Amino acid sequence: MTDQPLTKNIDMSRAPFDIEQYRQAEGYDAVLRMFKEMAPSDVLETVKNSGLKGRGGAGFPTGLKWSFVPAGDDAPKTKYLVVNADEMEPGTFKDRLLLEGDPHLLLEGMLIAAYTIQANTAYIFLRGEYLRAEKLLRAAIAQAHEQGLLGKNIQGSGFDLEIIVHTSAGRYICGEETALLNALEGKRATPRAKPPFPQVSGLWGKPTIVNNVETLCNLPGILRYGVDWYKGLGKGSDAGTKLCGVSGRVNNPGCWELALGTPIRELLEDKAGGMCAGYELRGFLPGGGSTDFLLPEHLDLTLDYDVIGKAGSRLATGTMIVLDDQTCPVGMVGNLMRFFSHESCGWCTPCRDGLPWIDEIFQRLERGDGRTEDLQILTEHVEYLGPGRTFCALAPGATAPLGSALRHFREDFDAHIHSGACPWRK
Amino acid sequence: MTTSTIIASSAPKVQARKLIPEEQHEIDHELTLYPDRRAVGLEALKIVQKHQGWVSDESLLAVAQYLGMSAHELDGVATFFNLIFRQPVGRNVMLFCDSVSCYIMGCERIKDHISERLGIDYGETTADGEYTLLPVPCLGDCDRAPVMLMAGEQHRNLTTQKIDDLLQQVQQELPESK
Repeated sequence: MTDQPLTKNIDMSRAPFDIEQYRQAEGYDAVLRMFKEMAPSDVLETVKNSGLKGRGGAGFPTGLKWSFVPAGDDAPKTKYLVVNADEMEPGTFKDRLLLEGDPHLLLEGMLIAAYTIQANTAYIFLRGEYLRAEKLLRAAIAQAHEQGLLGKNIQGSGFDLEIIVHTSAGRYICGEETALLNALEGKRATPRAKPPFPQVSGLWGKPTIVNNVETLCNLPGILRYGVDWYKGLGKGSDAGTKLCGVSGRVNNPGCWELALGTPIRELLEDKAGGMCAGYELRGFLPGGGSTDFLLPEHLDLTLDYDVIGKAGSRLATGTMIVLDDQTCPVGMVGNLMRFFSHESCGWCTPCRDGLPWIDEIFQRLERGDGRTEDLQILTEHVEYLGPGRTFCALAPGATAPLGSALRHFREDFDAHIHSGACPWRK
Repeated sequence: MTTSTIIASSAPKVQARKLIPEEQHEIDHELTLYPDRRAVGLEALKIVQKHQGWVSDESLLAVAQYLGMSAHELDGVATFFNLIFRQPVGRNVMLFCDSVSCYIMGCERIKDHISERLGIDYGETTADGEYTLLPVPCLGDCDRAPVMLMAGEQHRNLTTQKIDDLLQQVQQELPESK
């Protein structure tokens, strides 16, 4: 038993475990037992009961997501599992740790997921810039083939699985699961209308599950040690552990595996070593660039999906970006708006036209040419680009830091307009 | 639709070039991994770029023909993705992360230093064809910001001094590579 199922094998100062070392550390035990003792429906029940929620950002229950895939004799024969390894959320560096630190853990998780939904082909949609991860994954897949853990009739189970690495070429929108499917099909990565949901009609019109890297890495532990153990890992209402990172002006930036339900203060002060000397905490984005700012008063909240949700933000990717008192909040949000504007796929009008307008206003504020009515326009855009107004979640994600910054750091916006310059650039 | 005669309006008479055997071989391998030829479009463009440095109109037409798809459709894919270069780039492409964590950690100053040293801004290539500077969204190394990816190597905790050292290193390696 372990209380760090995601990172127990990870030591970034050495190469990741090869298949022999991984198997010595109980690796692939869970799938071997699964093939012998469990029907796909048993695995589905186990994952449902575990309470595992998707770790890519949305936090949707994994078992429930899987349950929409048609099963049984009437179900389409071809189904796909797709791993979303297109980590590109600003300030997020957690999947890289798993991909580079323990690639076999991901493959084992993929075997479990693919067996459950009965998919015989799985694609890893990997960020093109993650060159080291690509090399390590290809090596791990070759090793798994050699040992009969991939390919035809795996370990005499009658189940086949091929894993294919697809490397992308840099577009944030590919993280949106339907855009990702279009990209895999060789099209421009624009999102698709839902319904139909990918579980029913996904890759090449076949039932498809898209899961995040970290989500899949939770599965071997759940099968190996059981649902009670998994639920017991969480200190609050959520089950399991979560990779949590901190970046910005802190003493020890990094990424750690923490029990869900751990206080944010513990992450920021114990793990990340607190703020650097001479810097004060002004606020933080708790889970990447698409989350609402939280403030120092929120430090005693716990890392739980619901708790952070009630405070008006989202746990999302769990990687915290820290705003200090010597960084301009308007500049920081402007940087995010530039990113979202650039990465809009251009498919729907509010996003394609709204985000560049927001970006332009931020550039104006930065130059000292801001006008009072600009803040009104920004505030309106938070609504115009908000949830339900656009084709996918990209623009609503952008409005999270924007809207919360306008509320929490209004005086900084005003200062840019009234002093005719960015006060931090003096 | 014929793919050999259409493409960017600026060059209406461009002809497809012949793919080199290595390119064809690698594209053929990718074709075994997908149930549909056009799904290989992006991978094929990356293969061509790996061998040629960038994707010219002639290359684009060749890939489109090979995959049996319209050149316009393939160009739609090529121009969608940040890392497919439809213009020539320098031998060293600096993918400089300008996202939020790097911003907080002072990447603007590092970028200004690079621009000053090399005389290029984002999207530009040095006159000697050695460097191209491009902004890239978050490189997922935020605990070691600012970061940059160059020639397959991630450079972390960047300082102006590190940039100077790196440029000097590339300079020293030049005579050997030529």
